[in-house]
Amino acid sequence: MSFEFPLLSLIIWLPIVFGIAVFVTGDDRNAYLARWISLAGSILGLLVAIPLYTSFDPTTSTMQFVENHIWFERLNVNYHVGVDGISMPLILLNCFITPLVVGAGWEVIKERVSQYMGAFLVMSGIVNGVFSSLDAMLFYVFWEASLIPMFLIIGIWGGPNRVYAAIKFFLYTLLGSLLMLIAFIYLYQTSGGSFSIQDYHQLAIPMTPQILIFIAFLLAFAVKVPMWPVHTWLPDAHVEAPTGGSVVLAAILLKLGGYGFLRFSLPIAPDASHFLSGMMIALSLIAVVYIGLIALMQADMKKLIAYSSVAHMGFVTLGFFLFNSYGVEGAMVQMISHGFISGAMFLCVGVLYDRLHSRQIADYGGVVNKMPMFAAFFMLFAMANAGLPGTSGFVGEFMVIMGSIKLNFWYAFLAATTLIFGAAYTLWMYKRVIFGTVANPNVERLNDISMREFVLLTILAISVLWIGVYPYPLTDAMHTTIDHLLIHLNSSKL
Amino acid sequence: MHILYLLVPFAPLAGALIAGLLGRFIGPIWSHRTTISLIFISLVASVVIFLDVLEGNTYNGSVYTWLVTGDTRFEIGFLIDQLSATMMVVVSLVSLMVHIYTIGYMHNDPGYQRFFSYISLFTFSMMMLVMSNNFLQLFFGWEAVGLVSYLLIGFWYTRPTAIYANLKAFLVNRVGDFGFILGIALVLTYFGTLDYSTVFALAPTKIDETIEVIPGASWLIVTLICILLFVGAMGKSAQFPLHVWLPDSMEGPTPISALIHAATMVTAGIFMVARMSPLFELSETALSAILVIGGITTLFMALVAVVQTDIKRVVAYSTLSQLGYMTVALGASAYSAAIFHLMTHAFFKAVLFLGAGSVIIAMHHEQNMEKMGGLKKYMPFTYWTMFIAALASAGVPGFSGFFSKDAIIEAVHFANIPGVNFAYFCVLMTVFVTALYTFRLIFMTFHGQTRMDVHTKEHLHESPWVVTMPLVVLAIPTVAAGWFIGPIVFGDYFNSAIYVAEQHDAIQQLSEEFNGVGGMMLHALSTLPFWLSVAGIFTAWYLYSLRTDIPAKLKTYFRPVYNILDRKYYIDELYSWLFAGGTRALGTTLWKYGDIKVIDGFIVNGTARVIALTVSIVRHFQTGYIYHYAFTMIVGIFVILTLWLY
Repeated sequence: MSFEFPLLSLIIWLPIVFGIAVFVTGDDRNAYLARWISLAGSILGLLVAIPLYTSFDPTTSTMQFVENHIWFERLNVNYHVGVDGISMPLILLNCFITPLVVGAGWEVIKERVSQYMGAFLVMSGIVNGVFSSLDAMLFYVFWEASLIPMFLIIGIWGGPNRVYAAIKFFLYTLLGSLLMLIAFIYLYQTSGGSFSIQDYHQLAIPMTPQILIFIAFLLAFAVKVPMWPVHTWLPDAHVEAPTGGSVVLAAILLKLGGYGFLRFSLPIAPDASHFLSGMMIALSLIAVVYIGLIALMQADMKKLIAYSSVAHMGFVTLGFFLFNSYGVEGAMVQMISHGFISGAMFLCVGVLYDRLHSRQIADYGGVVNKMPMFAAFFMLFAMANAGLPGTSGFVGEFMVIMGSIKLNFWYAFLAATTLIFGAAYTLWMYKRVIFGTVANPNVERLNDISMREFVLLTILAISVLWIGVYPYPLTDAMHTTIDHLLIHLNSSKL
Repeated sequence: MHILYLLVPFAPLAGALIAGLLGRFIGPIWSHRTTISLIFISLVASVVIFLDVLEGNTYNGSVYTWLVTGDTRFEIGFLIDQLSATMMVVVSLVSLMVHIYTIGYMHNDPGYQRFFSYISLFTFSMMMLVMSNNFLQLFFGWEAVGLVSYLLIGFWYTRPTAIYANLKAFLVNRVGDFGFILGIALVLTYFGTLDYSTVFALAPTKIDETIEVIPGASWLIVTLICILLFVGAMGKSAQFPLHVWLPDSMEGPTPISALIHAATMVTAGIFMVARMSPLFELSETALSAILVIGGITTLFMALVAVVQTDIKRVVAYSTLSQLGYMTVALGASAYSAAIFHLMTHAFFKAVLFLGAGSVIIAMHHEQNMEKMGGLKKYMPFTYWTMFIAALASAGVPGFSGFFSKDAIIEAVHFANIPGVNFAYFCVLMTVFVTALYTFRLIFMTFHGQTRMDVHTKEHLHESPWVVTMPLVVLAIPTVAAGWFIGPIVFGDYFNSAIYVAEQHDAIQQLSEEFNGVGGMMLHALSTLPFWLSVAGIFTAWYLYSLRTDIPAKLKTYFRPVYNILDRKYYIDELYSWLFAGGTRALGTTLWKYGDIKVIDGFIVNGTARVIALTVSIVRHFQTGYIYHYAFTMIVGIFVILTLWLY
């Protein structure tokens, strides 16, 4: 289906153009202007993305809003974009998070405001590009480009150990994506000179190359997700990143990995996916259990939430490799929900960090006495993080547990331990930070959240509850696409 | 009619939102007025629905579709039948009384509006739980009541004990929910739906299906489902070995101990098993397990109650023991008796808790019974209502607890599945113990010498009417609810809501002998339970009213026994060492060795070091001197030429 109006291009390029406009405002004398342009750009970016949902046809699995133009004719590289039920929700999530990130950095970032805000806007456009590319080269360009703004955000506005964290982040992800590039070149050759991802989906590939392609993609995507054991960059990156950086990292950038599995690994190498599914499930379950236990012992709030992200993303990869609709749709819901919840959790930690400049649990205690409104929001998000029904955190975990028991009782058994571990690490942290008597003079000086923070947290709270109480519209949009994917997955390519 | 169904849960939810979000603007008075009016609306609606159900108008329908995935629809919907209607009335009545009582108890508390918001939210959650027509919504309500329980136990969030207790309660409940959700997942896998009526209709066709969870051992799928679901019930209804959270939950304000940790929430597990009777009836193994677990809880928790000195903890252990009775009834397939005991217990236990709260107010928040005594003449309303509740609890004929408990004991007597003898012994012995600890509480608190300090004594007075009124109102069903045993337990009241297999139907045999309330009371005089109860009351009177010197001596003579009971069999110590300590140690090990040493230290930074090492060697070749490069080139050309020519 082709769409007259280049909606997707607008969604991709509008934030980038605004981002450049923000850069142009120059140094911090124009910080005021930079902030407002960023806010306008990010909100406009969200508004133009709304037709993507309202005009989306959930009854078809073909690509929608397609635009296809020649880019490099000699190499057959095209500017080919389009969305289906998998990418559409992720683009919306990204457009939704961007204004929140701008809001989160509003008064907090005082140095190099225009660069900071601009980097986020540019990244937002790039990520939209990743989610909507239907050409492998275009995808690769966007994919690698998304690294740069985040690298700068951590490296410039990060904490004391930011350089180590930024380089670790960069190298980890770069290493993975180089193998992906090799896979693309192989596919380009075997497909007779096409970079069209949809052509790759139909391409018959023998088992051995399928496995090699799968592994090449796996390294790229597993690092992003991140899966155990390539997850150790994430806690470092989160700890050093500024609040906005953490929010985008957890809410959006991790989803690139998950999206990669659905767009590349599974449909391009379905037989290899089946062949290696046992390993993938094992790695995912290790993420849930092992990381859950590690999260429990963290003394740094951001590290704790970063580890809990890894555990929650374990549900995403677990869901993918169950090959049933509960699993894959549950994984998708989990990705969206994790976007809201982890974003909210990092914002909450940011609220505390902005006031006391400490992320250590031990530096807090009895915060509720001084910040009751904040405590209420944090409670909601903590419960969502622990997967309480009625919040979005429950939906995806529930669906994946339902899907995994169909394969093996013990998969579900191990996955369901998140009910205990998730509650344990989240609520134990909550208890030590929020409850109790005022622990020290620093806590005594805390002020409750400002109007700006209230608005940010309220928007996220509504989203978390909405998905929890009524997830139907979300899954309805992705239904046909995922059914189609599952049928495709279950027909061999050999 | 539909609007009424919606009103029952959503009126309290509206109250919760108003008091919670707008409480600071509308103030304490309007917060309690709003929530109480809305709970009252919920009660009226529940009663109207109840009467309608008595006419035979049941309802099973969906409100909205929560989610569709694959070919499964997950709905939010209501099942209104005798079982849910009964629960709705009990919940809304007790909730309304607790709301009113709270005005007095939480008077001047800084968290006044928040408290009302929470208890209204609890009522909403509990209603969603009991009115559900599917497993999913049941789980929603199940976790939501757990959340409110967590919030309320930790209501006084500056107390270290309270915030320890609420975390413990939530986590222990999560262990139960862990089993529960696996049970639900198996139901979905084997039945293809989570809708009660479809699952129950299909259940008999699944009776022979097995699953090999452990290779080589094939288990009946129904048994596995039932046991996993019951694990959930063990958490919520605090059955051994997941009972540890309930006594600690007494850190919460007393009104919620009455509402949540005695009358309603903790009975959710009992309700759930009764609701699932068409499943549980198919698995004798599961029923046996329930019977044994219930028996252990009944007797051993009652024994702990005998040595407690904190008035709320006595009532808390009594609740555990009474929940054990209900569980035993479930195991004996006497579901109607279990629900009937749930109902009578809700009333008499609410009175005991609210009465204990009234005492605590008078004593300026002193809870130690050793510092009470002689309160009878200062607090007549509290005394008499609690005395009535104590009679009901001890099972004295005529009072509600007698009928429900006797039905359970007799049903266990008639049941014939493995484990029943043990359970019968437990429930019988517990009659004596129950009478003993209940009247120990009455005598220590209200009779004998006053043992409080002078200041407290001077200020002793009966609590205000908002406190005593709920006591009096709840005392009425504490006496009278039992008289409806005929239709409810032995009649066909629950016929369509509860299914009992023919070979398990002990209640059927009992009902043949049942000849009216009066007949049952007369018959009881010649049975063992009655005399055990009398003996218990007499012992309590002798030890705690007549010869108050003896208990201290007993304590010295039987020091080891006393210690075991006083430390609650050392289960808390064991759990905190084994589970809390073990998990923390495991987490630390995995973190320090797995992540830091192996992955980061060896692999990630190791790779970096290998690269650095390689580079440090290779860089010697890149010296930047032209003549080095030229030399290398010449050597290279020489080598290549040699190979080519050779």
